Amino acid sequence: MLRFVVRRLLVAALTLVVISLVTFGLFFAVPSSPAKVMCGKNCTAEDIAQVERRLGIDQPLPRQYADFVGGVFAGRTYGEGDFRQDCPAPCLGYSFRNNQPVTEIVAQRAPVTFSIVLGGAVLWLGLGISLGMVSALRRGTAFDRAAIGVTLAGASMQVYFFGLILLYLLVYSTGLLPFPSYTPLTESPARWAAGLLLPWMTLGFLNSALYARLSRAQMLETLSEDFIRTARAKGLPARQVHTRHALRAAITPIVTIAGLDIGTSLGGTFITETIFGLQGLGKATVEAVQFLNLPVVMATVLLAAVFIVVANIVVDVLYAVIDPRVRLG
Amino acid sequence: MNGVTNGQAAVAGDAGRLAGEPLLSVRGLTKHFPVRQGLRARGAVRAVDGLDFDVRPGETLGLVGESGCGKTTTGRMLVRLLEPTSGSIMFAGRDITHGGRRELRALRQDLQIIFQDPYASLNPRHTVGRIVAMPLQVNRITPPGGVKKRVQELLELVGLNPEHYNRYPHEFSGGQRQRIGIARALALKPKLIVADEPVSALDVSIQAQVINLLRDLQRDLDLAFVFIAHDLAVIRHFCHRVAVMYLGKIVEIGDRDTIYTRPQHPYTRALLSAIPDVTTLGPAGRIRLTGDVPTPLNPPSGCRFRTRCWKATDHCATEEPALTTRDDGGQLTACHYPESGPVGVPTGEPGSNERT
Amino acid sequence: MVELPTPRRGEDPYLRVTDLRVRFDTEDGVVKAVDGVSFAVERGRTLGIVGESGSGKSVTSLAILGLHNAKRTTISGEISVGGRQLVGLREEEIRRLRGRDMAMIFQDPLSALHPYYSVGRQIAEAYRVHHPRAGKREARSRAVDMLGRVGIPQPAKRFDQFPHEFSGGMRQRAMIAMALVNDPDLLIADEPTTALDVTVQAQILDLLADLQAEFRSAIILITHDLGVVSQVADDVLVMYAGRAVEHGSVERVLRAPQHPYTWGLLSSVPSLHGDADADLVPIPGNPPSLINLPSGCAFHPRCRWAGVNGDRSRTEIPELGPAGAPGHLVACHLPVAARERIYRDEVAQVGVAR
Repeated sequence: MLRFVVRRLLVAALTLVVISLVTFGLFFAVPSSPAKVMCGKNCTAEDIAQVERRLGIDQPLPRQYADFVGGVFAGRTYGEGDFRQDCPAPCLGYSFRNNQPVTEIVAQRAPVTFSIVLGGAVLWLGLGISLGMVSALRRGTAFDRAAIGVTLAGASMQVYFFGLILLYLLVYSTGLLPFPSYTPLTESPARWAAGLLLPWMTLGFLNSALYARLSRAQMLETLSEDFIRTARAKGLPARQVHTRHALRAAITPIVTIAGLDIGTSLGGTFITETIFGLQGLGKATVEAVQFLNLPVVMATVLLAAVFIVVANIVVDVLYAVIDPRVRLG
Repeated sequence: MNGVTNGQAAVAGDAGRLAGEPLLSVRGLTKHFPVRQGLRARGAVRAVDGLDFDVRPGETLGLVGESGCGKTTTGRMLVRLLEPTSGSIMFAGRDITHGGRRELRALRQDLQIIFQDPYASLNPRHTVGRIVAMPLQVNRITPPGGVKKRVQELLELVGLNPEHYNRYPHEFSGGQRQRIGIARALALKPKLIVADEPVSALDVSIQAQVINLLRDLQRDLDLAFVFIAHDLAVIRHFCHRVAVMYLGKIVEIGDRDTIYTRPQHPYTRALLSAIPDVTTLGPAGRIRLTGDVPTPLNPPSGCRFRTRCWKATDHCATEEPALTTRDDGGQLTACHYPESGPVGVPTGEPGSNERT
Repeated sequence: MVELPTPRRGEDPYLRVTDLRVRFDTEDGVVKAVDGVSFAVERGRTLGIVGESGSGKSVTSLAILGLHNAKRTTISGEISVGGRQLVGLREEEIRRLRGRDMAMIFQDPLSALHPYYSVGRQIAEAYRVHHPRAGKREARSRAVDMLGRVGIPQPAKRFDQFPHEFSGGMRQRAMIAMALVNDPDLLIADEPTTALDVTVQAQILDLLADLQAEFRSAIILITHDLGVVSQVADDVLVMYAGRAVEHGSVERVLRAPQHPYTWGLLSSVPSLHGDADADLVPIPGNPPSLINLPSGCAFHPRCRWAGVNGDRSRTEIPELGPAGAPGHLVACHLPVAARERIYRDEVAQVGVAR
């Protein structure tokens, strides 16, 4: 197991290097100089050169990449004299537009997205899997048909539409919930939860639709397996057959998809963040792209890649824990 | 290798029909599947390990053995669905061991395969007519009278109604699907058909229909067959010659009657006596092998059968027996202590290996 | 009511199935999977149920254990196990009998064992369900004991291994250990050796015979392989399209078969004896659809002698009736004399029945 994790981490590191190279190349090798873009229209050639020097992009590309990597691990300094800006490790770059190290921006934004996604995931997994299971066990009944209908509606609905409906119903028209806002968990858990309830419900309902359908299908398939018949032939009560034998086997593919879903979402949930006015990673990325704030774009893209790669490793390890046939080593 | 080749020629020369150049000639055929752990190779599954055999035109050779003996891998190498690790396959005078795509296309016309699962090997979205016509179209062959006429002839040949040209595979029963597979294999008028467990997925009454059909086709069209099966009784009703395989090796090969009446290899005897036969009531056979077939990842040293053999000695562990004629038998046997005499009278103490 | 093979030792048979009918409601119509089947098995005896796919042999066994989906299945008739009437019994009460008084072994041990739990744990679980007071340790030692009894070497070590770490034969031994862990009086083995190699099949059949001698359980062996039946069964029930067509001792059914379907089965199996160059004599046609059974005798479209009695085979369903020897029953319209003549002159001359 340990050897597997180490090996996977090495592969992951390699993947990240490749991704960082590609993003680095894309952003810093574009024909129009980023310094020009940042400086604006009324810039003299001198201004541009100065910006370039400050950013370190007057250097040859390999040197720039080395500086970037050095910054991640050891920190670096941008500019000189009055414009000297320290960027302590892990330095993901320096945004002259915000006058802030990118790491700081990420550190502000990431907890918001994390809170939205993790809370939502608990809701969508719990709701989706239990709905799917009960549906499968009561296949063909009114409950099952209703569940299929509701989940079909859910799966075909969009976040902005459903989110706005919830906003209207629960905030504007009835005032049951406060308008979403982010309070750090460490500050006040109650306000943290209350402020995020709406995005959780939105994500939870919409994604649970997919998981309900998936787990229903998985459960139905598992229930027709020979080993379920064996469990019943042993005289096990139905409850034990369904949980200990069927659910355990049905859940494996769901773990895979959930892991990747969560990994992808952690990189940013732009639409949800925008609708509910939350300052998360997704919004930060899109804003950075709009304003060609390249250091931020690069950092968030890299971060999203890190989440997906880590989610993959977690899924693989979980898989091996669930299924003894998967041997890690 | 020379001794083996000569021996086989001697064995096969029993009838005029079998004389002449072999259609298929296999020497030292080997397939190892590498097993990797991470990036390092951790050894290989020695699925097939040095086979030598010939098939003459119009002759049927049965490859029989238990799971893991390599018979299916062998069949797939013969039609080059798998590339051999080493050894050679000569077909109609050409070396096809490592032939490229173009050479293989020409080869496919003369060399066809029939699979075990008739349903999985037919595309459910294609009509029967299209399935059977496929080999003709792929090879851009327009038979006299047109493709449709040829397909209908083929359907009739395998005992299907030619009117069912436009039906889909799911509209047919298991036995009929296997007939469709056979019609497809016959479309290019092959010289040799590799049949991989063609009847083992079928019901008993249907099995007999398909065996009879294959026998008729074999006689009428003078087809050569490599017939792969785990069932010695089925092989007996179809094959002129039989090769018994164990863990990637041929342990005994010879004419049908010799193999079934005077087998020399202890494994052949054990296999024969393990088959429950309708003609005997009550526990039949005296030979009971213990344990399972060892893994081909790490086969036993020397004779691979020695771990389950009641005659095994230290000699068997150190020296691998060669496949040659023994004790003036009519077959080639790979055993240091071959049995003699007709079947049913095993020498030695078979009971001594029994778990009691 | 038909006359059943008479019990030999004067004791009541442990299992008695009377006029069992199993129907499934499907979208295409009602499937009459089993249609009026009766048989009995005593302790210490083995009944072989033979038939092709769709003959109803597996459906019958699942009905005995009450494993059919109650919503889609209609079961009528009587199933008496150790004197208890199972048809109509509440699911909870049948569940208490399952695995304790009656157990089952399935065809493919790899798919019949849960891939995520160790073999030992699955056996111990079967024990604990019916021994709620047994602790983990007791269940474990019982399971290890059973693994040893079925011939698995190093049972204590094997206990913690997973099904995929067992070979095919060892897996089936483990399944047998699981089925026998509660000393059931009735064991149903559904094609227990079909997925195994012949040399391993021989081992498993020997093991079943040994265990039966030891536990004196009644065994139902379901198979399509007449060779297997000839080796281990005492009585044979031949099924076709959901009905019993022939029933009797193994000597009678395999040596002096009376039903044209049994003749067909016997002459179509390839054998190790007899003329290898002679053609097999297959049964023409295909098994019928259970939704739309042929009228009269369901076998008549495939029977060469269906016309001997005029229209009778096409219009009237034959009842299971005496076929000469005591306890030998057959469901065929052919008159006894004609049947014996046909068998002697036409059937016994070909195939392995010779």
